[in-house]
Amino acid sequence: MVDFNNTIDFMGKRKFATMISAILIVISIGSFFVNGMRFGLDFTGGTQAELLFEESPDLEDVRNVLGQNGFQNYEVVFFGSDLDVVIRIQDLQEEGLPLEESNQTGDRVLTMLEEASGQNIELLRSEFIGAQVGDELREQGGLGMLVALIMIMIYISLRFQFKFAVGAVVALAHDVIIVLGFFSLMQFDFDLTVLAAVLAVVGYSLNDTIVVSDRIRENFRLLRGVDPTETINTSITQTFSRTIITSLTTLLVLLALLLVGGEMINGFAVALTAGVIIGTYSSIYVAANVLLYMHISKEDLIPAQKDDEELDALP
Amino acid sequence: MLNKYPLWKNLLIVFVIALSAIYAAPNFYPPDPAIQISHDSGLVDQSAIDTASASLIADGIYFLSAELEDGSGLIRLQDQNDQRRAQEIVQLSLPDEYLIAQNMAPNTPGFLQSFGAGPMAYGLDLSGGVHFLMEVDMEQAVSNQLNDSIAVMRRLLREERLRYRPPIEVDATNRIVIRFNDADTRTAANNLIREEFPDLISRNSEIANEFILYYQPTEASILLLQDYALQQNLSTLRTRVDALGVREPKVQRMGQDRIVVELPGIQDTARAKDIISTVATLRFHLVAESNAAPGTTTDYDYQGLPLTLENDLIVGGDSVTQAQATFDAQTSLPQVNITLDAAGARQMNEATRGNIGRNMAILLSETKVRTVTELLPSGDIVSSSEPYEEIRVISAPTIQAALGRQFRITGLMGNEANDLALLIRSGALAAPMYFIEESTIGPSLGQENIDRGVLSVQIGLALVLVFMVVYYRLFGLVANIALSINLFLLIAVMSIIGATLTLPGIAGIVLTVGMAVDANVLIFARIREELKNGLSVQKAIDSGYGRAFVTILDANVTTLLVAIILYSIGTGPVKGFAVTLSIGILTSMFTAIVVTRAIINLIYGGRKVNKLSIGIKMPEPNANNG
Repeated sequence: MVDFNNTIDFMGKRKFATMISAILIVISIGSFFVNGMRFGLDFTGGTQAELLFEESPDLEDVRNVLGQNGFQNYEVVFFGSDLDVVIRIQDLQEEGLPLEESNQTGDRVLTMLEEASGQNIELLRSEFIGAQVGDELREQGGLGMLVALIMIMIYISLRFQFKFAVGAVVALAHDVIIVLGFFSLMQFDFDLTVLAAVLAVVGYSLNDTIVVSDRIRENFRLLRGVDPTETINTSITQTFSRTIITSLTTLLVLLALLLVGGEMINGFAVALTAGVIIGTYSSIYVAANVLLYMHISKEDLIPAQKDDEELDALP
Repeated sequence: MLNKYPLWKNLLIVFVIALSAIYAAPNFYPPDPAIQISHDSGLVDQSAIDTASASLIADGIYFLSAELEDGSGLIRLQDQNDQRRAQEIVQLSLPDEYLIAQNMAPNTPGFLQSFGAGPMAYGLDLSGGVHFLMEVDMEQAVSNQLNDSIAVMRRLLREERLRYRPPIEVDATNRIVIRFNDADTRTAANNLIREEFPDLISRNSEIANEFILYYQPTEASILLLQDYALQQNLSTLRTRVDALGVREPKVQRMGQDRIVVELPGIQDTARAKDIISTVATLRFHLVAESNAAPGTTTDYDYQGLPLTLENDLIVGGDSVTQAQATFDAQTSLPQVNITLDAAGARQMNEATRGNIGRNMAILLSETKVRTVTELLPSGDIVSSSEPYEEIRVISAPTIQAALGRQFRITGLMGNEANDLALLIRSGALAAPMYFIEESTIGPSLGQENIDRGVLSVQIGLALVLVFMVVYYRLFGLVANIALSINLFLLIAVMSIIGATLTLPGIAGIVLTVGMAVDANVLIFARIREELKNGLSVQKAIDSGYGRAFVTILDANVTTLLVAIILYSIGTGPVKGFAVTLSIGILTSMFTAIVVTRAIINLIYGGRKVNKLSIGIKMPEPNANNG
């Protein structure tokens, strides 16, 4: 299926790949500025209710009922089926109502819609999240990424070499930025499950990069009289079949999640699918590419031989 | 010998797999939808259960069993769709003091229970229920306390005729500021106040003819106060939540100032909210004398005897700032120390000064909510929540001296003091609380999530299994066995450590399935390579495993690092995901490396083999040298 006996010249296209990556990142960052992130309720705070109608309602009617009852900034969409409606009202329920007086927006919305439509509506779920909690989540998410990046750099520097750590982290940042950019561009909701998926992408992308790096390290030590580009090409070719098969099996599972998993994990599945595709590309073209830009050489990986020379070279 | 595991290693693997089968098994016995019957105060007896089951039979609702369990009744139903109707029917058949709640009754067989095995708990997103996150207003707690102190200071200064320039106020940095006209008065005042408030740090300063005293609570005392406020609110909430009769409620402290309440199976959020917002107040009344004018007294029941109390309130519960069970230093008898706020202290002093020798009753008044169910002529059942007040006399001690800000209630038995302190405390919240997060998940949504999650895992797994066998043949089959064992192990470990299964958790499992395959792909790809390089079959297997191991270890350790970081800083769903991911990484390393190797060794090890069923055309022994 995917067995290659001849080394493929992956790095021959590295200028082209750099351009592609650069363009994707510019688009992603541009989209952050232009479109921003469409943060889900978990991050913004507000109220969300999912209602199950007996007969498919006219969403415009639902919106009118909400408007007439003094709600503002609401969003009404079908969720999964045309009986299932999700209503999002951001920051309506004022934070800081005392325990005794706090009323429940979900229930209120339910009652007013039941009265207006004459249907028996079931409240499937209702969530209210204070904006403050959302702020904390955002900070924690960002902080988590940062801490994760630093820990990974330290580990890879210890196990491999600093240039590999830079390569892995650049590949990681590349993948995360593009997945986030994709969400920003498509204006998909970014909620906690998507955050979890992005963090999983971090793990996945890293996994892929390490496997390739591992082989590069091995080949640098093993192959003699071969220039770095050739060594990297050989390593990527050797691991290529594994890279493709692993991505394929993961994508198979994600496909099942996407198609059957239901609306609630849809965001998760989309983010992870995008992440796996980008991660596969980046493990081939980003991490190795960075190594070449940093002039990786045999000496970087065989420090024992180099020690004396280096000492002599010092003034 | 190459590719042969020692017996102990094989036995160990079998042992681990057997153990995981036992602990994973309870998850495959689905819980029954059930109705739980509990009583407002006390135990449920068999007759209530008989009444309930009779009413269900009459309504044609089929149930599996109806029995007493730990003082509450449990009726297991066959069909989850009957749950709501059954709850209403039972509520209708029993008096309103009975609390009827829906829940899921576990079904773990006895022999598994004897191993201490039980099913994983489902998160609220899967089981349905309500979740509240509340924040205690700590600033308010501190400022309540300071304002209270100010009132006492005012009274002290007035009593000693020390003139100050009103008002006494709290500045922006939480300091109490008192201004005087001269230094002598200030010194006298300081001596007086410091005696009463040893916890406050005082500082002097002079600004344009004003001699100012600052009092600041120490950091330690503020922390203590905040901690007290949180504990107090926590125990208040627990008492209130207990009134809901939910099977496994969770009332937990989160961080410095937050409380999480989770009530699985509760659907009636309005009622849940009403109950945890219940107001319980303490009231102090004088016991009426025999010549009291008619109409100014009310009769109460106290330990089975009537007790007549004056209608005039001495002090209300909102004046109680602290109640603690302690022991008298001299007699070692239990007592409850009560601290009132300034206004309460004055009222208490006025009322008790002239009534030494009389009895004072302590009443606990609780506003509770009960569900009232009605059977309409149409056959529909309507339930509504109705608040009602329940008043109890907790104690009626004799007044022995004029009481002030702090006084003791004595003459109690050992546990009585604790109970009383708890009751008094549980009545009131030490500081206001706000809902900052709230979610309700309906049971049907929960079921749908589980079904879809499980289905997607099954399909994903099936696709991967088929692919592996097609691509790697016998080796693929071995990997598949390992993958299935990995799922068992994962579920077993999660059940043992008491992890909660959430939707992101299921997603984590799915991801693990995808990634667990990776280790095997790495190994098999390596073996294929070694074969192509002309290594003998046995050497290729050994070297394939050996060389891939380093790669797998590096890759998994980094991913594990990410998972641990996720766990330590994440909340809720992210945490659930991190837990499954970390466990999955560890178990998959075991199954993908050790278990597959053991099976491969059993198949190929220790004998001469020329061909491996690993999905490639085997090269002739000496054909590959280029």
